[in-house]
Amino acid sequence: MTARRAPLLLAVLALGYLFLYAPIVSLIVYSFNASRLVTVWAGFSTRWYGELLGNEAIRDAAALSLEIAAMAATLALVLGTVAGFVLARRRRFAGRTLFVFMTTAPLVMPEVITGLSLLLLFVALEDILGWPAGRGIETIVLAHATFGMAFVAIIVQARLAAFDRSLEEAALDLGARPWKVLFVVTLPLIAPSLLTGWLLAFTLSLDDLVIASFVSGPASTTLPMVIFSSVRLGVSPQINALATIFVVIVSVLVLIASWLTLRRNRGHDAPA
Amino acid sequence: MKPRRGNSAAWPALALPYFWLLVFFLAPFLIVAAISLGQSAIGIPPYTPPLVFAGGPVPALAVNLGNYALLLGDSLYIRAYLNSLAFAGGATLLCLLLGYPMAYAIARAPRAWRNPLLMLVILPFWTSFLIRVYAWIGILKPNGLINNLLLAGGLVDQPLPLLNNAFSVELALVYSYLPFMILPLYATLERLDPALLEAATDLGCRPLRAFLAVTLPLSLPGIAAGCLLVFIPAVGEFVIPDLLGGPDTLMIGKVLWDEFFINRDWPVASAVAIAMLVLLVAPIALAQRALGRGGEAA
Repeated sequence: MTARRAPLLLAVLALGYLFLYAPIVSLIVYSFNASRLVTVWAGFSTRWYGELLGNEAIRDAAALSLEIAAMAATLALVLGTVAGFVLARRRRFAGRTLFVFMTTAPLVMPEVITGLSLLLLFVALEDILGWPAGRGIETIVLAHATFGMAFVAIIVQARLAAFDRSLEEAALDLGARPWKVLFVVTLPLIAPSLLTGWLLAFTLSLDDLVIASFVSGPASTTLPMVIFSSVRLGVSPQINALATIFVVIVSVLVLIASWLTLRRNRGHDAPA
Repeated sequence: MKPRRGNSAAWPALALPYFWLLVFFLAPFLIVAAISLGQSAIGIPPYTPPLVFAGGPVPALAVNLGNYALLLGDSLYIRAYLNSLAFAGGATLLCLLLGYPMAYAIARAPRAWRNPLLMLVILPFWTSFLIRVYAWIGILKPNGLINNLLLAGGLVDQPLPLLNNAFSVELALVYSYLPFMILPLYATLERLDPALLEAATDLGCRPLRAFLAVTLPLSLPGIAAGCLLVFIPAVGEFVIPDLLGGPDTLMIGKVLWDEFFINRDWPVASAVAIAMLVLLVAPIALAQRALGRGGEAA
């Protein structure tokens, strides 16, 4: 059946991946361009990488973004895992409909709305409670953890839906306490999904411009804000170099994560 | 599902994410709604709320509908609103037309290939959104990659206007949101039993008819989920119309941003947010059902 249509399907895939990857490849190629005019080739050079590493504003912003992303992803992992367990295993409780809504809506909510609404919340809270005092790293972490947890919750829920519960039952029957079962059986078995969730929350935080712009303070400029203001002024070879570093790091991380998932799923139960 | 003793101990933990989302997700919308009825003012914060606690025991109510009147009265807002609908709708349709064949091809690929192919769809999503949008500037600008190639090949005499117009905005929307269409489509197409298609073929169905009568109806849940995942965020997109758009491509997300950051008019920005939410409330409710179903079936 597929033999006749195979060339057509291959052509579709080739065109689709060309569309997805051509812009990324062009960024990488031009990051090694000696010319300042990004799209005119003037020979191979690593000059922009040197300038990028010497760019203090970008270095500081990158460090701040990594710090925020690590904190937000960790918080999102804890909250999202609990939420994922609730979604997958608690079929009935008062307000479940609202809970399902609140864990799925952040996945699609336009960022400008999330950003504005969180800013107004922080301003109102400061007005009433005196906390958070001003805006900065703390408020960005809270905002990123909130939308990161929705992604973690969906991943954990999907993994638990495919989870073989006889393993937990065996442990319970052998006399393990419920908390012990959770930490010794359940969580280790879903660890690849937890890692994926953490990485996703981390990446989303690292990538976020809009929400962070709303809830940041004067002293907390994240990497996307620096990129955005530089890009607004036109193309810049340093940003191409930064993009290349980004792509390399992300590719390596994703490859490691998928390799770990593959290895773990082999010989265990079916992948989610 | 019968209750299990293994879980009962953990359920107080339910309160944690619930409370968190009430405070950091739901409550903010109520505040936005309240401030959209407030008045812009000079100060910190730059507005007066509709409820004023001015000494007395009963707060004075000063509801101001002027922000909404402004949205309805000024054609700029209405045009941005309609533009957003048109761009997001067009992007959804184009993503479907591009994404469906891709998802289908991945789902019909040899089993060992499927995960790597899917990973290749997801990978761009893990790299910076901002940088991927930025990449198109270098490709589309008058002295960019495409125009340089066209000029060098003698196909055009002067650079084509590819940037800062409806074309570049729509292209970047499709490019950025395509993975969100492919993933749910793949999930439904991959689960589809090939025996159904074989049965249709054995009964004399031609391939096109078998596709229309079997594959397409069975993949409707994936189509619905994919369309919603593209349409909803695309309506509120800010980065794409800001970096790749022009004067004719104003979108509602950019209007909100400008009201907030440039005009510093928080009440009008809030009213714009509420107007956008009213538009998106039905799609979001549908998305929740589509995603919920997908999550439970996965």
